[in-house]
Amino acid sequence: MSLRLCINGETHDVADDPDTPLIYVLRDTLKLKGTKLGCGLEQCGACAVLVDGEVRLSCVSPAGTFEGQKITTIEGVGATRAGKRVQESFVAESAAQCGYCTAGLVVAVTALLEQTPSPDPEKTRTALAPHLCRCGSHPRILKAVETAAGRS
Amino acid sequence: MSLRASPFVRQWLQSDGKAVTLHTGKVDIGQRISTALAQVVTEELTIAPEEIRVAPVTTAGSPDEGITSGSNSVEHSGHALRLAAATLRHWLHARLTDAEGCGPWILENGAFRREGANISHSIAGLMVSEDWSNLEVDTGATPMAPADTLPAPQMRGLKDMVRGSFTFVHDIDVPDMVHARVVRPPHARATLASVDTGTLSRLTDEGLQVIQSGNFIAVAGKGEWAIVRAAARLGVACQWARNGGLSEEDVFGALTRDNAIRRLPVVDGLPLEDEPVPAQPANPAYSQRFERPYFLHGALAPSAAFAVFRSDVLEITCHSQGIYPLRDSIADSLGLAPEKVVITHMQGSGCYGHNGADDAAFEAALVALELAGTPVLLKWSREDEHAWEPFAPAMATELAAETGPDGQVAFFSAEVFSDTHRGRPRAGPDRAGPARLLANQWRDCDVPAPTAAPNMNRHGGMHRNLDPVYTFPEKRLVKNLVGGLPHRTSAFRCLGATTNIFALESMMDTLAKQASEDPVRYRLNQMQDPRGRAVLERLSEQIALRATPPDTGGRGIAYAQYKNAMTRVGMCVDIDMADTGEVLLKDVLIVADAGRVLDRHGLIAQLEGGFIQGASIALSEEVIWDRDGILSRDWESYPVLRFDRVPQITVDLIEAQHEPSAGAGEATPGPAIAAIANALYDATGMRMTRLPLTADAILRHAAAL
Repeated sequence: MSLRLCINGETHDVADDPDTPLIYVLRDTLKLKGTKLGCGLEQCGACAVLVDGEVRLSCVSPAGTFEGQKITTIEGVGATRAGKRVQESFVAESAAQCGYCTAGLVVAVTALLEQTPSPDPEKTRTALAPHLCRCGSHPRILKAVETAAGRS
Repeated sequence: MSLRASPFVRQWLQSDGKAVTLHTGKVDIGQRISTALAQVVTEELTIAPEEIRVAPVTTAGSPDEGITSGSNSVEHSGHALRLAAATLRHWLHARLTDAEGCGPWILENGAFRREGANISHSIAGLMVSEDWSNLEVDTGATPMAPADTLPAPQMRGLKDMVRGSFTFVHDIDVPDMVHARVVRPPHARATLASVDTGTLSRLTDEGLQVIQSGNFIAVAGKGEWAIVRAAARLGVACQWARNGGLSEEDVFGALTRDNAIRRLPVVDGLPLEDEPVPAQPANPAYSQRFERPYFLHGALAPSAAFAVFRSDVLEITCHSQGIYPLRDSIADSLGLAPEKVVITHMQGSGCYGHNGADDAAFEAALVALELAGTPVLLKWSREDEHAWEPFAPAMATELAAETGPDGQVAFFSAEVFSDTHRGRPRAGPDRAGPARLLANQWRDCDVPAPTAAPNMNRHGGMHRNLDPVYTFPEKRLVKNLVGGLPHRTSAFRCLGATTNIFALESMMDTLAKQASEDPVRYRLNQMQDPRGRAVLERLSEQIALRATPPDTGGRGIAYAQYKNAMTRVGMCVDIDMADTGEVLLKDVLIVADAGRVLDRHGLIAQLEGGFIQGASIALSEEVIWDRDGILSRDWESYPVLRFDRVPQITVDLIEAQHEPSAGAGEATPGPAIAAIANALYDATGMRMTRLPLTADAILRHAAAL
């Protein structure tokens, strides 16, 4: 059994069982440790990656279902202009405390801004609702979205 | 304490000739203490933050500063480090003056420069060329005057976090490492009856290791997903005796004087032994009981720890808040000398108090001891963290007050009821350290069950902020340590202060309305502290500029000073009510005085984050269970505040740069809860006294009126 995955612009052939949730292939097999596991239940958003530009959670869906799709992890997000801008705005606005939710949120905000370059605050709040932050960095993250959208 | 244990400058500051490394015993748990401490060194030695390293916190050499808790880190470690750096600066200046004349030497950009001459000595260089190994920290050393020109520091590590290159404990990956998971009982009273031998032999045939001792059973092997699946199979293979199940008794009914194992009067925030409990007010004009349920720390990342046992030394890397007390507790548990256990801190996700971190560290150690020489990374599952972390204890606070003719409080009585907030493993009577490690209650060993003892510290435990910050002429304060409750409990951010401030500030709101007084003015009339008054005056000015909430909404005010000694916070919360009964948070104003500001963005982040955690507790959080176990096992059965319910928050800092820096990490959750409850009262006329204030609870309360 072998899996062919396209991750951050590179093709990887891995020997994992295709039923393995994508996150374990990313972290354990490919050593891409930036994607975080928070629940394994698709409830907290820490494990978000981009799949053909859409936010997808990687902690449940089998890796095999991602064959033929373009996966972008937090390690690859900075390669696009939008992604880099989001990373810079998170730093500029100090949009993290412990930083465990940060990777998933950078991914989600990048997807949001790719699709809606200037989202209104309500749309941003709704788009980020699947992502938990337990430190309460929400106000700074919302500000980082505004900054990345060029509004502040 | 910090300087008593580590009196030499070299224990705080070191250099390789190029960069300066600061050493601390306080660990970064997302509160940005390393950023704040580096800023202290920047201020004292004029070295740019990027040229300062922060050493890993380890029992192999870091200062022993106990537990990183209680918002004390800036005051303890920051103060010690400031004095150490100031001592070094004075000493190096004196050495230069002796050796090369009196200059004058100007210190800037981390170097002493002689005015008008091309001579410069970097502090990092001098730290290598001079012998200051016996230099003791001078507690009278004069610190640098606060400079307004220093830029606010950037959070350390953040650039790596946004790129996915920051390493948490969970990300450790070394050659030959195995993953491990513990299979846990259905609930705390269950015991392991049998394990299917067929499953055991199949797991062993697949090259996996099953480690069992008494009711402790774990599985380890290569590949994280393989171990997650193996743990599920092993879970199915375990039969547990339920032993009657968990008690389903109403915990609020149990939080009473009759169930108190210790009942102590509290004076000026301090519990007293062998003193009689004073009598209650005879004719209280006000009397009310406030309650909070058990709730979770609810770390975003389930706890994790790395351990390896080699050359007779047990090395552990974990995200514990107290590596020295944990080291002693683990050494005692295993009959090892403390120096044979080395614990190094590495960041996990935010913990907000004592969560599963210490237990995971010990469990990783137990597996590593069985697999000597093999590195082990043990992780808890989401369900493990929800069901097995030590909860924030359920609490009740009963208030009564007599008022004078002016409506002000003449006699205030507060009586608090709670199980222990002290579940952290650390040395104490009855082998308290080992007894408080979860796995010691399961494995075959001679460790006794943990016993609760009252916290006798000023504003410690359940009586934190029981003593009101107002000038009430007569006060009666009592703490009741209640035993025999169904769940393991320990320290959660703010300890008892969330409940006590919720109670006190709800009372102030009610009494202000009864006296037909503006709620801020009512508080000001009973406060002497000038800095507290300044916070309330600023709050009042800011409120005057705000639009009043809509007819369907309400506004709530609260004030608190954490431990009556730290950051002062005044708060105004505007809400609207949804048709569903849900409280919709709209606009929040936080006015705060935290003394000298070291890390402005970090301070604001703590104040905002504390509000949001307080709001989540106020509106959503409650551990539920039945006889078969904890039912709150994920984020659906235990909902918390998410982005779509986050309000607009404005933080207004009163920067008292010539006052000492005060911890701010626990300043806002208490007033957040109270202000939300007061806003709900303003909106609906309903005084809700039991958390959480869910739509269901609000509709039930309304229906019962």
